[in-house]
Amino acid sequence: MKVAAASLRAARFDALGLRRALSGLMVPLLVAAMTFLAALALGGWIGSIALASQWRDGAGAALTVQVPQPAEAAAHGGGSRIDAVSAVLTATPGVGAVHVLSADELSDLLRPWLGVGAERLAVPLPAVVAVQLTGGQATGGRPDLGPLAHRLEDAAPGTLLEDHGMWIDRLSYLAFSLQACALLALALVSAVAAAAIAVATRAGLAARREAIEIVHGLGATDGFIAGRFAHRAMVLAGGGGAIGALAALPVLLALAVLAAPFTGSVHGIVSISDALSALPPALWGGVAILPAAAAAIGFATAQGTVRRWLRRLP
Amino acid sequence: MVRFESVGLRYGRAGGKDAAPEVLRDISFALPEGAFCWLRGPSGAGKTSLLRLMYLAVLPTSGRLTLLGTDVGRSPRRVLPGLRRRIGVVFQDFRLLPHLSVFENVALPLRLAGRPDAQVRADVTELLRWVGLARKLHTPPYELSGGEQQRVAIARAVIARPNLLLADEPTGNLDEAQADRLMVLLRELNRLGTTVIVATHNDAMVERYPAAALRLDHGRLVHEA
Ligand SMILES: Nc1ncnc2c1ncn2[C@@H]1O[C@H](COP(=O)(O)OP(=O)(O)O)[C@@H](O)[C@H]1O
Ligand SMILES: [Mg+2]
Repeated sequence: MKVAAASLRAARFDALGLRRALSGLMVPLLVAAMTFLAALALGGWIGSIALASQWRDGAGAALTVQVPQPAEAAAHGGGSRIDAVSAVLTATPGVGAVHVLSADELSDLLRPWLGVGAERLAVPLPAVVAVQLTGGQATGGRPDLGPLAHRLEDAAPGTLLEDHGMWIDRLSYLAFSLQACALLALALVSAVAAAAIAVATRAGLAARREAIEIVHGLGATDGFIAGRFAHRAMVLAGGGGAIGALAALPVLLALAVLAAPFTGSVHGIVSISDALSALPPALWGGVAILPAAAAAIGFATAQGTVRRWLRRLP
Repeated sequence: MVRFESVGLRYGRAGGKDAAPEVLRDISFALPEGAFCWLRGPSGAGKTSLLRLMYLAVLPTSGRLTLLGTDVGRSPRRVLPGLRRRIGVVFQDFRLLPHLSVFENVALPLRLAGRPDAQVRADVTELLRWVGLARKLHTPPYELSGGEQQRVAIARAVIARPNLLLADEPTGNLDEAQADRLMVLLRELNRLGTTVIVATHNDAMVERYPAAALRLDHGRLVHEA
């Protein structure tokens, strides 16, 4: 009775003949395409979060101080204005490295604006001090720079303290907008996938109308019939989701490699494992979840579509 | 077991100006458990419609219908599947599933009832042997003759031992010997306790197997015997 046992199990699996009625490549291919786009959106979302935090930790932790007439005498004590400013900065808690830019560094910085002859200009250049803030202060929100500015003004009047907070605010706003767009894209892509599955399910219902009515008449519950469709839709959508996620992986890796210099991977990408580790763990997780999410959308959409359709039967 | 109280039925939308005419009007009767009953009447009288009410393919538009102790018009929809599983039906056009084999078609009611595989296999094989289809277990229904298809339909109707068995013109596609065999089977099932209702317009059949009869004409019950 081996044959009977096999056919029995097969029939339980496909009592409504759905392997024929709900087949073809339409659903898997559409879901694969949607999953591909979802993976890219996910990459954009997670990537922009990483970039934003990178900017916040990097640029947010830096200050620029401009000291006009650096060589003149300071307001108090015997040293020059630039020495007085350096001393105040070094003595300030939360300040890490204090670096006075050399004349060469300064002209490098100005060259794009002033051309190669910057140093020969008769314009008195201020001294520029690059200040690195230590981690604690930088990550715990921006430090209050008011008192420091006061003390600098006191030591060397006319000193300008410029923190990069405005840029950080703008970049954070940009990153936030990117994240919102990525979430919107994810929602749209899910809706399109659900719509495609609903259309395919309705076509399957039309094709199997007679079989459904017979099985319903034999006492099948809505749950049984919807479950058959949902299982089938889940397999098709999950398969399409897996294909789409796999196809998106090389693209995401390439993007991660391109983005690596901006996200602090200073060593550069030399091996495959470097490339693989360039993808944030959160993105690996997200891409792995996508096929399951596609399968879940397939299951839920088919359940809803079939149960609504079955209400026409008594 | 089966009780009709002033039951009316119209197809299509109830009420309104475009309401379809009633195909069954003011039907009242009751059948006790274990009855055997003919349902007679000319073609178009409403026999199939009356059976459809009894196998819950349609619900009454008016009146009260009680099946196996359940008032079907006032019950929530979710109780109906369980009720249908206790009612076996032999459809006039068999309504076998073409994508399933003979074995699988007959096994379907047991599976819907959640019976274990081993029992399904044993019961279906046994019943199909009894109706003479042991060698066609894995044949699809469309490769069978009309008489063989009807035997599959009967096997599917009785496999889950229903309390109520309904048959719509079951002898229509059979020769006389096959029809007699079917009647013996139906009487035997009735003797074992199943309530059986058989719709027919074949008067010779009714005379050969005398039993209680409901007679329909133009959607009305004209005679209860
Ligand atoms: N699904 C349906 N929709 C509309 N009218 C129907 C439907 N089924 C049957 N009828 C009508 O109901 C009446 C009774 O039909 P039916 O119950 O099939 O009678 P019988 O089985 O006695 O021949 C007929 O007039 C028929 O046209
Ligand atoms: Mg009829």
